[in-house]
Order: sequence, then structure tokens, then C-alpha cells
Amino acid sequence: MAANMNPKKNPMPTQAPEVRCHNFQEVATGYSEETAMDEAMRCLGCKNMPCVSGCPVNIHIPAFIDKIKQGDFEAAYQIISKSSSFPAVCGRVCPQETQCEAKCVRGIKGEPVGIGRLERFVADWHREHVAAKPVKPASNGHKVAVIGSGPSGLTCAGDLAKMGYQVTVFEALHLAGGVLVYGIPEFRLPKKIVQQEVDNLKALGVDLETNVVVGKTITIDELFEEMGFEAVFIGSGAGLPRFMNIPGESLNGVYSANEFLTRNNLMKAYNDGSATPVFRGRKTVVVGGGNVAMDAARTAKRLGADVTVVYRRTEHELPARREEVEHAMEEGIAFKFLTNPLRIDGENGWVKSIHCQQMKLSEPDASGRARPVPVEGSEFDVEADCVIMSIGTSPNPLIKSTTKGLEVNRHGGIIVQEETGETTRKGVYAGGDAVTGAATVILAMGAGKTAAKAIDAQLRGTCAE
Amino acid sequence: MYRIVQKKSLNPTVTMMEISAPLVARKAEPGQFIILRVDENGERIPLTIAGYDRQAGTVRIIFQIVGATTAELNQKNVGDSIADFVGPLGKATEVEGRKSVCIVGGGVGCAIALPVAQKFHELGCRVHAIIGFRTKDLVILEDEFRAASDALDIMTDDGSYGRKGVVTQPLQEAIDAGQKFDEVIAIGPLIMMKFVVKTTRPYEIPTTVSMNPIMIDGTGMCGGCRLSVGGETKFACVDGPDFDGFAVDFDQAMQRGKMYTDFERHAYEETCNLFKKEVQ
Repeated sequence: MAANMNPKKNPMPTQAPEVRCHNFQEVATGYSEETAMDEAMRCLGCKNMPCVSGCPVNIHIPAFIDKIKQGDFEAAYQIISKSSSFPAVCGRVCPQETQCEAKCVRGIKGEPVGIGRLERFVADWHREHVAAKPVKPASNGHKVAVIGSGPSGLTCAGDLAKMGYQVTVFEALHLAGGVLVYGIPEFRLPKKIVQQEVDNLKALGVDLETNVVVGKTITIDELFEEMGFEAVFIGSGAGLPRFMNIPGESLNGVYSANEFLTRNNLMKAYNDGSATPVFRGRKTVVVGGGNVAMDAARTAKRLGADVTVVYRRTEHELPARREEVEHAMEEGIAFKFLTNPLRIDGENGWVKSIHCQQMKLSEPDASGRARPVPVEGSEFDVEADCVIMSIGTSPNPLIKSTTKGLEVNRHGGIIVQEETGETTRKGVYAGGDAVTGAATVILAMGAGKTAAKAIDAQLRGTCAE
Repeated sequence: MYRIVQKKSLNPTVTMMEISAPLVARKAEPGQFIILRVDENGERIPLTIAGYDRQAGTVRIIFQIVGATTAELNQKNVGDSIADFVGPLGKATEVEGRKSVCIVGGGVGCAIALPVAQKFHELGCRVHAIIGFRTKDLVILEDEFRAASDALDIMTDDGSYGRKGVVTQPLQEAIDAGQKFDEVIAIGPLIMMKFVVKTTRPYEIPTTVSMNPIMIDGTGMCGGCRLSVGGETKFACVDGPDFDGFAVDFDQAMQRGKMYTDFERHAYEETCNLFKKEVQ
């Protein structure tokens, strides 16, 4: 079979921007079998597999794409499954342009192979065509507790369950999925996909306990001493939202992105039937440039607001996934780059406008990104009745404050050994945003995998004694 | 699901329920709160714990029927279950080392003030309780407060029961009479707590207030419950709900409490209409 030498990716079919900005259904509708096979033919099957080195969980990319070329989609799924627990999720939310696709040889003269789109296609094909539920393996009699049911916790739980461990996942909220359900919107990651992954874990024999806040309802000491768990994985995620500490942030109409997204995603406040309120701004300003900022902006748009994203660097430095920025722009969301808020002005306790300053880029800072510095005398007002702060989070203090022997770094992230995920306390492992601070779904999944392997090694070592 | 094992109407707008939640009951301490959802489409609402029975595995909540969610909760009866009940959340009230305290409760806030009073009383601390209500029909927990205090003042706005006036009057009188309090703890409407703080500030009597802002997850994730305390942003769910009353910006908290007033009024009316239809 000759390779398809089209320099461009097969475009991803999407709902038209003017349609989708009024609904919460998924934006991208996915490749057909024909399109997937055509896109697969763009892969040159490089012997040295540069793409694999760009994948945080080292999926054997050329091998699964080769199966797509042959039309054997289930075989492609099985190859991905060996390395990734939730391909339907990663195919949708991974920043492929900085990972696998950044290394693709086809990207040198044209666009890289649409690896993410193919991953999603394969996972969706499997979900729609293969009904088989996973089978619960024979138990090895060992109990492991997993704290948090986000990407790292679900991955760790799934890997351990497949090895025969009796896993219990403790979730603080009423619904499993962590950031996949409270953070990432329906239009980017349908919740039925997350629910199916959770159902699969249950079929593997994983126990799920919602409404349990470890550190409050039960402590890690009790998990070991009273409940008989032999190892614990902490995947409790990122914590409290950061604010800019500028005047006016306590005005009504100011949200953290976490709160705004939780109201809409977890509590479905965008449905008229939901008991949870959300303030639908007329003019909404989102502060920040990450994926969460894009999610908040696009959600606000769907609630009927005119939306402007304010970011203190340029378009080039936006940390969000490229596709999300493009989708946001197509949906009519305005961007004010090199703009930094100085204060939020209010009237009768509600937001009226946001007072900003023009910035310019100067020398790179510690993060390697050009440092924005203010332009003197460049202040201006942007009219707004809703402001959403999306400038990151700081780690949740709950578990650290109730667990002896658990060390955290100066940012509050739990300290772990990189190769194993083990914390400073024996038998306690951690991964995901609780360790790294806000990062990506796939990195969290990778950390869950690493810890599962290390927990298995530790507990099998214990057995041998 | 969490079963309702007891229900009692304390006054026309305030209901007490005991909920079966053994894990929460095991850890609950005065001052902490829970978050519940009545049903699958319900909203998450925080309620401060009004009592607990570790042996029976039950947690007591006392709530005022003020909105759609509390109206729905009040429709549930003994034997029914509610969808979610998580806790105990927040920090417990600090009770160590006090010899004499004044507990000031206002309205349904008295439900939360009671376990705090009981805890101090149990520890052998002198408890002067002051509880205030709008009118006689709304008075709750009088006997319980009497049993948990060394002195009790009951105040009503209209003088229909106890003494006529506001809770800060007997507090001021006690201070003027030379009573020494190691701490004053105020739990009730924001405006009441603001005035308690105004009363104690000139005498520099440490004053703790229990804040009950808008909240969703209750675990330190959403940031909705933020307050300005001593000029810093604090989160009631993980840093509180108890705070140094002298440092809290009450005016801001009152403003933030109004964010969903219109929505809530509308939802409450709809819920009431729905229940009326069901009855007809």
C-alpha cells in the first residue's frame, strides 16, 4: 500500500460553530471508518518511531495505525489498551501537538498524522461495536485503596484490578470521574464516555465509595490500621483556585473557573431543570490562557454571553491545546492578548467592568516563557458583568494536614520518587495534580500506571517474605 | 443512600432530622458541616452539624425551609432516604483551654450553637448562652440550651417570649457586670454576628463566628465559599467555617450571599407550586 502523501490531515468533522455555540453536545463528531483508514495511510510507519517517544504512556502508535490501515479496528484498540487505560478520553483531551504529533516526521513538511483523532476513532469504534464487558480476574487477596476517581486514580485502580488486587476507590464528590466530570465540559468530553470507563472498572471488581473525603471522613492511618489496606494511592487532584488578589475579586459575578465549570459540568446548571444556579453573564471576561480558561470561555458562550479571553502574553504563548483555541475563536470568542487585569470595578456589589493594562513581552522568566511587563499609561476598561478567573490552582491541604509522614514541596505538591510514585511515607503512593500541580490528563494517567506497577512490586515483595 | 431515622418539626419553618451516616457520625465534632443532595438532580447544600450519635451512627441536622432544596428535604419522612450526605467537613470549633464562654445563637443558628455549648459544658467550662428569635413561635431548643448552660438569656424581637430585644443587649450587660469571657462564639445571621463583634471588640474579647457561605464541593476545590478575613482570601470549607470575628469582612459576605437570591426565590416558588399541585 502506497502512503497517502497529502500534506494535510483529514479534517475533523465538527458541528458548525454557529450551531454548536448554542448547545452542549460534543463539538467534534469523529472520523468515519473511511476517513480513519485514509488518515492512517498518511503514517509512514517509521522504524525508529519518534511519535512513541512523544507519548507520556508510550502507546505503540505505528502498530495501532497499521491495524487501522488494514481495517482491523479492534486489533488497533487492543494495541492501544496495552499502554493506555482510557483512549476515548485521551484521544479527545491530550495536547497531541506537543506530544506524539510534535515528533511525527510528516509534520516536517506539512501536518503530522492525526494520531489523536485516530486514537479517538479506535476507542469509539470499540465502544460502539464490541459489547464485551471486562471480566473480573481472580483475586490475589490484597487490598489497595485509591483516593480520588480522576484520571490518575481510575488508571491506578484499573491496572491493579487487572492484576487481581481488591481495589476500593474513595471519591469525595457524589459522582466518579474527578476533573473529567466536574472540569472538562460535555461538549469536549461527553460524560457518558467517562461513565462507561467507570462502569468498566466496576466490572473489573473495583469498589467505588462516593461521598468519602479522605482526610476528613476517614484518614490514611485508618485505611491501613482499621480497614486492612496494604497500600494507598493518592490521586486527589489539584486544589483551591488561585485568585489574582486584585481589588474587586469578591464582587458578585466573579467566579473561579473551577466553580463556574463545576456548576455547569457536575451540577448541570446549564439545564433549566437543574436545581443548581449559575449566573449567566451578558458580557463575560475570562482571565487566563490554559485549557481550563478555554473551557470556561466556551461554556459561558453557550450560556449566551459575549465572551472575551484576557491573557497577559501573546497568542503564541497560550498554554491551551491548539484545537481548543481554534474552536474558541471559531465560536466567536474574542481574545485580548498582552492584557493584564488590575482591578474589577463594581456597582451595587456586582461586576461592572474590568480595568486592564497593556503588556509587552520582555526577557524569558524562570518558566522559559517571555515575561510580560506593563506598558506605562496604557490602562483601559473592558465592560463585563461576569469575570471568570482561570489562573491555576494550589494543592488541596486536606490530606497533607491529616496524614503523618507525608512531605510536600514548597508549592504544596506531595513529594514522590519519580520512578515509583512512592511518597515519603511507606506504602503511600501519589500521582497526578496532587503531586505536579495542574497538569494534563495523560500525565496523571501515566503517574497512576507507574504507581500501580510499584504497588504491585511492593506487595508481591511482601508476599515473598 | 442515607436513611432518615427521625424527623421532628421544631417550629413552622424549622425541621430537625437524624440521618443514618455512620462514617460521618464517627468523626463529627461541633462546628463542622456536611453537604447533602436530596435526590439525583438535587443541588449540593452545606448544613452545619447540629448533633451526632456515634453509637447509633446518626447525624442530626436542623434546617430552615428557605428555598427549593430545603423544601424538598422537608417533604421527606422517616424511612425515606436522601441521595448524598458527605462529611464531616471543615474544622471543628476549638474548645480546649477555655474556662468561661458566651455562646450567642440567632434563629436557626441556635441549632449549630447548641452542640458547641454542650461540648463546652461537658468539658466543665462555664457557659453563658444567649439565644435570640424573631418571635415566640420560632423559639427552638430552649430546654436543651438550659441543660447545657450555666446562664441562659432568651430574646425575641417582638417581646412575645423571654425578653424583648436583640442578643447583644444581654451580652453588653454581662460585660458591664464584670463577667469575664475567655471567648464569645456567635452563630447566626451575618448581621447578628457583625453586631456581636461590634459589641466585644472594644473589650478585646476573642470572638469566633461561624460562616455559612455559598458552597458547592466543600472540599477545597471550587472556591465559591471565599471570604475576606484580615484582608486575605480564605475558604470557609477548608480554612473554616469558624473564623476570628474581628477579621471577617461581614459586609462583603452579606453581599456575596445575595448572588443567587432571584434564582432561589424563583426555584422556591416553583417547588411550592409543584407540591401544592401534588396535594390537590
